[in-house]
Amino acid sequence: MGRKLLLEHINVPGINTLAVYREQGGYRAVEKALKTLTPDDVVEEVKKSGLRGRGGAGFPTGMKWSFLAKPEGVPRYLVCNGDESEPGTFKDRYLMTHIPHALIEGMIVSSYALGANTSYIYVRGEMMPQIRILERAIEEAKAAGWLGKNILGTGYDLELYVQPGGGAYICGEETALLESLEGKRGNPRIKPPFPAIAGLYGCPTVVNNVESIAAVVPIINDGGDEYAKIGIGRSTGTKLISASGNLVKPGVYEIELGVPVEEFIYSDEYCGGIANGKRLKATVAGGSSVPILPANLTLKYANGEPRLMSYESLSEGGFATGTMLGSGGFIAFDEDQCIVRNTWNFSRFYHHESCGQCSPCREGTGWMEKILHKLEHGHGTMEDIDLLWDVQRKIEGNTICPLGDAAAWPVASAIRHFRDEFEWHVKEPMKSQSTNYGLANYANPIEKKPEEVK
Amino acid sequence: MLKVEETQPVEFSSALLAKFDEIVKRYPEGKQKSALLPLLHLVQAEYGWTSVPAMDKVAEYLKIQPIEVYEVASFYTMYFLQPKGKYVLEVCRTGPCCLVGAEKIMDHIEQKLGVKEGEVTADGLFSWRGVECLAACGFGPVLQIGPEYTFYENLTEQSVDQLIDDLRKK
Amino acid sequence: MSDLVKVTIDGITVEVEPGTTILNAARQIGGEIVPPAMCYYSKLKGSGGKCRTCIVKVSKGSEKDPRPMPKLVASCRTTVMDGMEVLNITSPEVLEARAGVVEILLINHPLDCPVCDQAGECDLQNLGYEHGLQKTRYEFERRTFDRIDIGDKIQLHMNRCILCYRCVFTADQITDKRVHGILNRGDHSEISTYIQNAVDNDFSGNVIDVCPVGALTDKTFRFKNRVWFTKPVDAHRNCSHEKCNGKVTLWYKGDDVLRVTARKDQFGEVEEFICNECRFDKKKTSDWTLEHPTHIPDTSVIASNHYETFKPLPVIKENLALQEANKRELEKTTKI
Repeated sequence: MGRKLLLEHINVPGINTLAVYREQGGYRAVEKALKTLTPDDVVEEVKKSGLRGRGGAGFPTGMKWSFLAKPEGVPRYLVCNGDESEPGTFKDRYLMTHIPHALIEGMIVSSYALGANTSYIYVRGEMMPQIRILERAIEEAKAAGWLGKNILGTGYDLELYVQPGGGAYICGEETALLESLEGKRGNPRIKPPFPAIAGLYGCPTVVNNVESIAAVVPIINDGGDEYAKIGIGRSTGTKLISASGNLVKPGVYEIELGVPVEEFIYSDEYCGGIANGKRLKATVAGGSSVPILPANLTLKYANGEPRLMSYESLSEGGFATGTMLGSGGFIAFDEDQCIVRNTWNFSRFYHHESCGQCSPCREGTGWMEKILHKLEHGHGTMEDIDLLWDVQRKIEGNTICPLGDAAAWPVASAIRHFRDEFEWHVKEPMKSQSTNYGLANYANPIEKKPEEVK
Repeated sequence: MLKVEETQPVEFSSALLAKFDEIVKRYPEGKQKSALLPLLHLVQAEYGWTSVPAMDKVAEYLKIQPIEVYEVASFYTMYFLQPKGKYVLEVCRTGPCCLVGAEKIMDHIEQKLGVKEGEVTADGLFSWRGVECLAACGFGPVLQIGPEYTFYENLTEQSVDQLIDDLRKK
Repeated sequence: MSDLVKVTIDGITVEVEPGTTILNAARQIGGEIVPPAMCYYSKLKGSGGKCRTCIVKVSKGSEKDPRPMPKLVASCRTTVMDGMEVLNITSPEVLEARAGVVEILLINHPLDCPVCDQAGECDLQNLGYEHGLQKTRYEFERRTFDRIDIGDKIQLHMNRCILCYRCVFTADQITDKRVHGILNRGDHSEISTYIQNAVDNDFSGNVIDVCPVGALTDKTFRFKNRVWFTKPVDAHRNCSHEKCNGKVTLWYKGDDVLRVTARKDQFGEVEEFICNECRFDKKKTSDWTLEHPTHIPDTSVIASNHYETFKPLPVIKENLALQEANKRELEKTTKI
């Protein structure tokens, strides 16, 4: 059994209330931080923990905090990014639904560390139930003196508000989120300046994912060094993985980073294998934006070594044979799933969610969707596959924000690893409408290669 | 330019305005525009959709230009710029949900309600549409119904039938 | 002048004020190495970064941190650092990416240049000519919108729009009250007033001048003539509007002033914004004091019959000073 830090008490009845959360040791981190640590100490602990942003980019949280500008007389803001919309990712919803106080506790400690007196939790508008849960929890916390003026008599003031989004994936990008929070269209800002210098209302701002903020609580309770002992290499601590698709037990799992992918998919502790006795064809390991991998490369590196659930291991081999941990949205595809159809589905998503500000993404995502639609429905040509490859290349790296890359990568990786399935759709247009390409050779075991003599 | 339905001028109730006042307090002096998204949610919950007169009123309240409200309302997918059914069934249509049968659920809803995506049933009760990822991929297929955005998970054709029948009786 | 920073673009070094963008540094050098800019407008705060045509490669970040930047950057929004080295037309990677942006900008463009008033002075046309493909690879239906009037003097052809946001910035920064904006999102985004609403403001006509394409055009000039058949002359008047200095370009066909625009610099940007009265209501030569034939770069199609000695504009024929100026301009353009 791996250690649980965030979901340890998830099954305790009433854990969503302040009273029960307190009984289970909740708000200890606030007491410890506010009474015994300076803000810089808190930042130092988070740095020591090696915690990396849980929203997708994996940037070290402590380092992000230390970039925050601190000019005299200018307020600083902490904004929590709860705009969880990456297909395949639903851990933040789970956390906010069941243990809202873990997020609020994390917000208090983090705001204290950053010197913010007003903090916002931006939650996507569709999560109205979660917004109500958080608002109720904030009321409880405020009534008990954990929020408001002079918290615990330490002189530290903090107001915490929940801000609803309006339905836009792009607001998960931190500068688009800030625009949205300012009541504008969610167009990502052109950087620099980065939010750490000029963020919300032009003031220094840190934007962190829900899970990153919640992870600050165990880091303060146990110390950054303790946290860093969990995990593997630079992937420290535990991570919430949202498992979906054709699995026996989809759901949210807290894993110690470094669990073998094979164990995660097949062990009863986690996903329990592929549903309906089918075989695994492919996975998207970190949310729809990361490259899709065939089953064999999911489980092992190209050299036959087993792949682990960690930032480094999942990206082993680069985009040629690897992928990314991303936001931890693990989607499993069984042998009956059509990769072309799924790629079209994802590209429709990015087309729908492009903000339209910069031209390669605005026009290119639509173009990709149309070509994929054509291929999926049996009207495609071999040239279309090459054109698709070319269009994604024109988008990747040439846009204001990472949505362009996120739209290009799934398409590129699908062509890279499943080109024969695309070609089958061209060669067998009729057949491809009624049957699917099946498992083909995508799960062929990769033999461990003998060690190279150096 | 959008085709806009003719609508009567609106007057916000004092209860609604009190909620507005409460929300505006969350932001620093002069940054009241931040309240725009939450205010539009309140307006939509009250009237069922976001009409031009209502948006103009919101602009007036927040002391911004009406176009700033139109720009925002049309950017985000949750605001309905046309009247919809009383219950709008929003079914997730993105990858992971499709792996577990979301497309079948949408076909079934279309059949059951007898209206195409985006249309309103004759009794004015229902609309449905496919929406992008609702962040509940492990519990798919899923749908939500505003304005409370109640969530229904692990949908089957039977559970959808049950849900629609229950709503009809309500 | 020790606080100037040194930047090298395509091998040409220039010293510029700290805080200058790569694009503006390139404009100080001038010539072929200036990246094309479809959305950036130096007179509009916050503009730029969107169209991605001005992307360049930073092969050396600065003297202090010589690492190259990992991605191509928008030169209009990237500030130079001391010792920075930039590749524009000397980088095949940049040219390929730019060609990609141009292709993508054109997939939904109607390519209706033959009936577009902007043809001949259109940035997108020039860009397509220099970087585009001869044939489109886009085989799907193009996005279309209805043509609408925003105000009685301005027509909006949304089909042609590349969403540079310049007109929105103009309305925000030059006029008192913005009534048009960007509606919807993604590739459905459109410039619109949303409800039937006229853009009615003393300075609203400037959106026509800042538009890089034929999306916003002058209704009073609609189908009057092709710009390359008209002859521009700089002129001024004592404008009563406090924010307008009345310096304009008159576009003549024979004796008639077909349209009035603000004067534009070598990068296609207006020198100063003008009021609607000057633009729309003063179309008689007697309203103006003529200065000289407008300088048109010889790369422009408008230059083709501009400085003819044998057939100068009637208004020039009658004015000795203008005749002299015409001669000078002609010499300049025929020297090559």
